[in-house]
Amino acid sequence: MSTANFTVPTVAANPGNTDDLVEKVTVQNLDFYYGDNRALKNINVSLYHGRVTAFIGPSGCGKSTLLRILNRMYDLYPNQRATGTVRLDNDDILSPSQDLNLLRAKVGMVFQKPTPFPMTIYENIAFGIRLYEKLSKADLDNRVQQALQRAALWNEVKDKLDANGLSLSGGQQQRLCIARTVAVRPEVILFDEPCSALDPISTAKIEELIDELKEDYTIAIVTHNMQQAARVSDFTAFMYLGELVEYGETTRMFTSPSDRRTQDYITGRFG
Amino acid sequence: MNDQHTAKAFDVDLQDIARMVAEMGGLAEKQVADAVDALAKRDTTLAQRVTAADSAIDALQREIEEKSVLTIARRQPMAVDLRDIVGALRLANDLERIGDLAKNIAKRVIALNAEFPPPKLIRGVEHMTDLVLQQLKAVLDAYARRDDNKAMAVWRGDEEIDAVCTSVFRELLTYMMVDPRNITFCIHLMFCAKNIERMGDHATNVAETVHYIIDGNPITERRPKGDTTTIAALTGAGGK
Repeated sequence: MSTANFTVPTVAANPGNTDDLVEKVTVQNLDFYYGDNRALKNINVSLYHGRVTAFIGPSGCGKSTLLRILNRMYDLYPNQRATGTVRLDNDDILSPSQDLNLLRAKVGMVFQKPTPFPMTIYENIAFGIRLYEKLSKADLDNRVQQALQRAALWNEVKDKLDANGLSLSGGQQQRLCIARTVAVRPEVILFDEPCSALDPISTAKIEELIDELKEDYTIAIVTHNMQQAARVSDFTAFMYLGELVEYGETTRMFTSPSDRRTQDYITGRFG
Repeated sequence: MNDQHTAKAFDVDLQDIARMVAEMGGLAEKQVADAVDALAKRDTTLAQRVTAADSAIDALQREIEEKSVLTIARRQPMAVDLRDIVGALRLANDLERIGDLAKNIAKRVIALNAEFPPPKLIRGVEHMTDLVLQQLKAVLDAYARRDDNKAMAVWRGDEEIDAVCTSVFRELLTYMMVDPRNITFCIHLMFCAKNIERMGDHATNVAETVHYIIDGNPITERRPKGDTTTIAALTGAGGK
């Protein structure tokens, strides 16, 4: 059965620009199984273009699992399957005919630990672009620069593009990964606890970046940091034991949530 | 339902803040009762005590503010906890104002010295005070018990205080017109009545805050109004 207290965010109650809320990703009746273990139970949720949706909940509640479905990461593992529908615009991305390379170019992902490739800063960015496009050297240089600028890293690395990506600080590495993601011009960006390994200044930079990026992308972020969810997101979804317990405008979710479980979790009264 | 935080010290912080607000409420109640008592009994010694005791309320307000700011910085409260703390700050503000108004009444008792109005005139003010004290007691109780219905009852019940204030105003006006020598104490008395009427307004503010803490949403309906002194001032004084 569907989860209780499911609130559909309304345009009128949404802060900021209220007249152009466009549904980019629509998840309907989604179930997910690790072998026989049903890890997600009838999830219904939407991601909107130009908006950030945060997924919060205790460890093991299924938020990372949900994120991994949105770019079919689970396909890399045997015995994992999803049922239901997940539409990106009008394509069902769970369909077996879905081109996974194309999907992952459209739906980029940034992980908890920065994962730069063991190659130069320049190559870290150029690598992904070459997979999808044939560009001249000048055009490629341009795209690398744009991506690094977009990730607010350009000024720090422009004089050492040939240095190894792993030589950067943790926060810089994470921004390099964001640059790598935006370089292939995705439509959706998934952040899986992007700041949990970073210091407060790097965290602030990433949050600032998310705020800038949301203008052009649809963003989903999984975070254990409640204040971060409150700061960066427009909508928040609270998940518990594989269910989506409550979903709504972030401003409301963190001041007066409707579900007791949400309240207990965000105020630190859980279990 | 789970009432306790995983971090127990957070519960202690919230309890401390709530306790200080309740203490402040108790002091404010006492100040109001004493101030009007001093007025009715022409007791300038009591009035002086009221004036001096106001600093205790001010000190509590500062303590609540400090503790709240510290708790926000330490715990980054969310949802009901956040409303609890923001609510406490607002409650402390209103209670401090009530204390100030009581002090103002006490000062007027001292200023009047021996020149006191007939007890008949003070009765209206006393009646207003009884009503305000009932409201204040009920709303502080609503806060302590987190009782939204009770808070809303206080919020709706301010009308009668306003109505009595209007009638006191008319009575004093008549008195002043009869004999200009009555003007000084009548004006003082009118200010006292107005102070009590304002305390009633603060009590409704407190009720609004209590509702917000419990419910999470501000009150949107309009409150009934009973004070028509502004209109009475024009008509009663023969103006247009």
